[in-house]
Amino acid sequence: MGALVELQNLSKIYERGRQKIEVLHHVQLDIEQGDFMALMGPSGSGKTTLLNLIGGLDSPTDGSITIGGKRIDRLSEGALARWRASNVGFVFQFYNLLPMLSARRNVELPLLLTRLSAAQRKRNAAVALELVGLADRAAHKPSELSGGQQQRVAIARAFVSDPTLLMCDEPTGDLDRQSAAEVLTLLQQLNRDHGKTIIMVTHDPKAAEFAKHTLHLDKGSLAEQLQQAAS
Amino acid sequence: MKYLRLIWSAMFRRKTRTIFTLLSVLAAFLLFGLLDSVRSAFANAASSIAGVDRLVTVSKISFTLSLPKSLLSGIEALPGVAKVTYANWFGGIYQDPKNFFANEAVADNFFDLYPEWQLSPAERTAFRNTRTGAVVGEGLAKKFNWKLGDKIPLQATIFPQKGGANAWTFDLVGIFRATNPKLKAEESVLFFNWDYFDEARAFGNGTVGWYITQVSDRKLAQQVASAVDALSTNSDHETKTQTEQAFNAAFVSQYGDIGLIVGSIMGAVFFTLILLTGNTMAQAVRERIPELAVLKTIGFSNQSVLGLLLAESVLLVLLGGAIGLVLSGLVVDAVRAAVGTAVPMTRVGASIWLRGLGLMVLIGLIVGALPARRGMRLRIVDALAGR
Repeated sequence: MGALVELQNLSKIYERGRQKIEVLHHVQLDIEQGDFMALMGPSGSGKTTLLNLIGGLDSPTDGSITIGGKRIDRLSEGALARWRASNVGFVFQFYNLLPMLSARRNVELPLLLTRLSAAQRKRNAAVALELVGLADRAAHKPSELSGGQQQRVAIARAFVSDPTLLMCDEPTGDLDRQSAAEVLTLLQQLNRDHGKTIIMVTHDPKAAEFAKHTLHLDKGSLAEQLQQAAS
Repeated sequence: MKYLRLIWSAMFRRKTRTIFTLLSVLAAFLLFGLLDSVRSAFANAASSIAGVDRLVTVSKISFTLSLPKSLLSGIEALPGVAKVTYANWFGGIYQDPKNFFANEAVADNFFDLYPEWQLSPAERTAFRNTRTGAVVGEGLAKKFNWKLGDKIPLQATIFPQKGGANAWTFDLVGIFRATNPKLKAEESVLFFNWDYFDEARAFGNGTVGWYITQVSDRKLAQQVASAVDALSTNSDHETKTQTEQAFNAAFVSQYGDIGLIVGSIMGAVFFTLILLTGNTMAQAVRERIPELAVLKTIGFSNQSVLGLLLAESVLLVLLGGAIGLVLSGLVVDAVRAAVGTAVPMTRVGASIWLRGLGLMVLIGLIVGALPARRGMRLRIVDALAGR
């Protein structure tokens, strides 16, 4: 398979007052389609920033991001929103479900941006919930679900519109060991059986073991690039 | 339409706060409905007399000034005039000022012009033939438990009798009923003979308070009104002929400029409403910043988020406002049934609803504008990081 994600010389500098903080430093990275990659590194190493850039939530200071042959760093805000809607699903550490909506309505949210009929949206959401094993909790509000169940609803929401990429930011960071294992198994299943390309930021080496391979980020650079630079 | 559930759920995210906000919007638009009904009645009253069949002629200077009775024959002789009668405000008090009801001295043909008030032929004849005879509405008779043959004493507040006595006593010879149940409030009046009143009063003899003219054809109303007023042009008793509605409106407007009063009250109410609802919306959006960031992450554009928040704000005001206007319609109908045309109020109809809906949308947009702009402009990564 060819590279789905191509990062060329990617840099991100934040400005805090007069201070400039370089969070990512000339990152070069290709991610194959169908990959399940864990991104590890200490706090402040730039993992989430990298994830945000690949997911089109933020724009780089320098370099390029090409995903599926499209330069997303050149897209306008509106075009980027449309691109995210059809190409990327997001899973957050704290689930970020809308508390006033039922599990089914939460899963249905991305489908509101499509042209599907109400019946079709409802059907697709039900299928997604079935896949994460929560068909019987479709009418429950997030507050009526455990952390693990909420995260599974969030995963269903992330893949319901059939995106190519799933971006997971510490998806097990707020879960107990068993729930974490369930969530990670589910991600593995989505990668293996449904061909989703997954990039997962994690602090947990055990979580990273579920990925096909792991990249380490330190001080804004990928570890292997640091080693190359040192040698 | 597909976003309605999302907007609705967001609106009721904090149920108690939303319900209290809805109640304040409801109260504001209930008041708007009532006051706009009064304002419309005054505005419409003065606007046109075309198409009415009864006209009221009063002094041009003030309706409290009398007109000579000699005008009667002149009005009767005008083309397009079918019948003319006259009346005089008496302002008597029955036992206690708290028992207020309208009481008027009227000509003996007065009831001929008011077919909507049912009075039997025998009672009509008795009214004509009894010098001190009086006729009251059924509602008033029931209120004071009066029966035919009763003597009703009234204490004069304006017109003493010759000799200075303020006590006037009338014999109840008739009880009229409003044929239209919606006009039951008009049964709260006492009428007595103008001839007796004119003979016995200490001053103002030979004058009447106002004339009521029935036109032979509604299309002639404007023409007849002008002709009646032309009779007194350049005299010391110039007249103003108008509809009964305008007459009632003028009666009430002696208390002040109704339009200004209504406008001032509504201005204050809506200003407060904007602050209150604006604060609620600002708070609601502030609390939902991470959720809005999630929507944007999923792919909702800036414009979509702006639209969702504005729609939520407009829906909030529309919901409370519509309930308020419906209630105001019920209250206006009840008031009209209770007091009739004494307090001019138009039904809460299409024009008031249109103005109300326009105001609701406008207020919704005003109160939603700043919070929606904030929601639209939030940066996803900052909002997700809680910055």
